[in-house]
Amino acid sequence: MNSVILTNAVRFVVLLLLQVLLLNNINFLGYINPYLYVLFIILFPFSGSQTLLIFLSFLLGWGVDIFEDSGGINAAACLVAAFIRPVLLRFSFGVSYDYQTIKFSSTQPGARISYVVILVLVHHFVLFLLEFFNFAHFLLLLKKTFFSALFTIILVFLTLALFKRRSR
Amino acid sequence: MQQIINFLIRNKNNILFLLLLTFSLFLTIQSHSYQKSKFISSANFLSGGIYSWTSNINSYFNLEQYNLRLLEENERLRTRLATYEDTLAIEPFTDSSAVGASYIFRASEVINNNYAKVDNYLTLKTGARDGIRRDMGVITSKGIVGIVENVSPNYSTVISILNSNSRINAQLKKSNHFGTLVWNGEDPNVVQLTDVPSIAPLAEGDTIITGGRSLIFPKGIPIGAVKDFTLDQSESYYQISIQLFNDMTNIGYVYIIENTEQEEIRNLQNISRDE
Repeated sequence: MNSVILTNAVRFVVLLLLQVLLLNNINFLGYINPYLYVLFIILFPFSGSQTLLIFLSFLLGWGVDIFEDSGGINAAACLVAAFIRPVLLRFSFGVSYDYQTIKFSSTQPGARISYVVILVLVHHFVLFLLEFFNFAHFLLLLKKTFFSALFTIILVFLTLALFKRRSR
Repeated sequence: MQQIINFLIRNKNNILFLLLLTFSLFLTIQSHSYQKSKFISSANFLSGGIYSWTSNINSYFNLEQYNLRLLEENERLRTRLATYEDTLAIEPFTDSSAVGASYIFRASEVINNNYAKVDNYLTLKTGARDGIRRDMGVITSKGIVGIVENVSPNYSTVISILNSNSRINAQLKKSNHFGTLVWNGEDPNVVQLTDVPSIAPLAEGDTIITGGRSLIFPKGIPIGAVKDFTLDQSESYYQISIQLFNDMTNIGYVYIIENTEQEEIRNLQNISRDE
């Protein structure tokens, strides 16, 4: 149990620093940045407390906001992502989630992809909606959401592949 | 009573979610309203410290370019000094605008620079201890950068001209027609000038400078060159795109301008308005 807490604490700090010091400065093609820190919400233990997840997601998002001077847009986006996570888990993994016996690493690849893609898309959409704060640039908003989400999803799966535990 | 507590415990996730969401939306709305001090900004000691630590490493990669920029500026200033000394030798006169120069320039280092978002900010390595105050102008040797917004003892944040809330008075160099400098959130090297009357003589490549109507920037600081322009729907004002002289994606070092008479002028204006 202790190792779970330690892993998540380290993951929290490392993802926050990685985001604000490195990933926010990529600006690929001028405006595309990956938001890899959602990986914390994706990988948070499925059996963990939902209340704790909501609170930690808020802290993570707000931490990024303080560095970026962006008010509370990342905090709000993380909160929404954390809030809908149980619904997404049930949608993607079905009944096995209800028995709380699964781990992220032991799920079907297809289900895993749908879970990550939907979570990232929701997070990014809320994030950019609040950043633009009006519907006048709706097309630009969708464009930014789509390309940034694509970048994030690729990075999420690369990171997962990199830190994969060897199977016995 | 028991039921209320039970209700709270049962819905603790939803309640916590709504509370925190309200708080973050409050922060977001506050960040979108112009000219309001932020509750917390990147000028605090923790994020400011981390940013200055990483910028210490990053600045080495751009040293050559910064040196080149300084050389260019020195060259320009020396040329001006030479002509100034020439005229001084021939005909001693006092330029009325130079008496008791009311602007103080301070150099500072940029430790964080955003340009890919809709509302961008910079963080500087100087703060209240170095005499930086709110509403001071920030420029480089090539053009304007923004206006100081939040100040902590050692750091300050600057609202960039690449921010949808930024409004800066600007004018044409060749005539005195002025307008408002805004940004539409798209290209970090192109800003927009609105409210220039259609009677103004305008051509591509014209230089745009700061106007003397704001208390923040002195008149005549270069901004950029006219890239293209169209008339708005009523055909009475121009919509002008401006190519910035500054490369906003690579700034490095800046000057902060203090107008020592800002307070006096503002008080005077307030008195006149009250009467």
